Amino acid sequence: MSKQVVSTKVNGDPVDFICDPRESLLDVLRDRLGLTGSKEGCGTGDCGACSITLDGRLVCSCLVLGVEAEGKEIGTIEGVADGADLHILQEKIIDHAGLQCGVCTPGIIVAAKNLLEKNDNPTETEIRYWLAGNLCRCTGYDKIIRAVQDAAAELRKAA
Amino acid sequence: MKYFKPDSFDDAIEIATKAEGTTRFLAGGTDVLVQLRADIVTPDTLIDLKGIDGVSDITQNNDGSWTLGVAVTGAEMSEHPTLEKDWPGVVEAMDLIGSTQVQGRATLVGNLCNGSPAADSVPAMVAAGVTLTVKGPNGSREVAVEDVPTGPGKTSLSADEVVTAVHIPASGAGRGDAYERFIPRTEMDIAVVGCGISLRVVDNVIVEARVAMGAVAPTIRLVPDAATALEGSTLDDAALDAVAEAARAACSPIDDKRGTIEFRIDVAGVLAKRVAKTAYERARAAQ
Repeated sequence: MSKQVVSTKVNGDPVDFICDPRESLLDVLRDRLGLTGSKEGCGTGDCGACSITLDGRLVCSCLVLGVEAEGKEIGTIEGVADGADLHILQEKIIDHAGLQCGVCTPGIIVAAKNLLEKNDNPTETEIRYWLAGNLCRCTGYDKIIRAVQDAAAELRKAA
Repeated sequence: MKYFKPDSFDDAIEIATKAEGTTRFLAGGTDVLVQLRADIVTPDTLIDLKGIDGVSDITQNNDGSWTLGVAVTGAEMSEHPTLEKDWPGVVEAMDLIGSTQVQGRATLVGNLCNGSPAADSVPAMVAAGVTLTVKGPNGSREVAVEDVPTGPGKTSLSADEVVTAVHIPASGAGRGDAYERFIPRTEMDIAVVGCGISLRVVDNVIVEARVAMGAVAPTIRLVPDAATALEGSTLDDAALDAVAEAARAACSPIDDKRGTIEFRIDVAGVLAKRVAKTAYERARAAQ
């Protein structure tokens, strides 16, 4: 047995790929599908830069094998904006200067979006615990938290 | 590495029995994939259990007990509408492991079979009296959680055996359980000391108790002397002092960057008292 064929949906589109059983889903997304928005920070599930959703569940794509994605719906940072229209979270991260180097940002946005889909009015504590697995070495987190709170308020207004 | 995704435990066992070299079972993968990437363990055979019916189910049985599939994640346990009401200690212990992302994948059985003496869910499972069904080529057997770890990274399961289900007893009236760990920060860390306690009260008197300590010995330890210290009491100061003393006496920890031997032993007593209070309050409320 060498490579395996895997059928998935990525950001709503059917996507088939061929991968080695040892390849992480992160490597598949980046190197085989050209979706380089998900970043590799640590490769061991500690930093959250590779955060994606798998059937709606937030996970680190470095801790999922590509072959495990068979039949799954994958959501990545590339599916967050609607064409040229940024998601409100992306706008708020920019407005609040919630990024500098940008490596953690895709993971932060995917994780925060997943939180707001479950809870449209999280407390600061809930946001901080939810994002505890998304490490940022630039911002000191405060601007990110404010951006998420601001985005949540906007989403509640729109609802 | 060969990857298999069988649709029954029997097939999984057959694959494991025939496999040569190193075999790993895969559920959440939060340890297996880290070890793979770090070249600590590169399995020749990887058997993904998530294609087997029922492995993601949380079921309450007619007698009030619970059966959890081996791929049930921490997030699924926390989100379950009634499991936490019966066994708050087991659920809170599992919930302490890793980040939101890790919770989306990590499992009780993975935490146990990884064999870490600091595994958070294991003292809570031991205190709750959780048992496992383990299946191998010669049939099934029931194993208590405390009989699984034999040392750091080691378990009593043989290479062709696989855990097929997790059984949590019925909680019943007057039951309370709790788990706490000491870490130097508030999230995303490994226990320096952990303590799980389950007890049952009748008329505010503790009639039975189980106390388990984590990260203070080569394996998670069930501490019968600490349970004896609680039983028959209403958790007065004398009982609290006795449980702390018994918890400390059960420790044979290592000295490392996260805690010295002296510190771990001291904290073991502090945590045992604190966790006993929480478990007792929960038990009283459940009478």
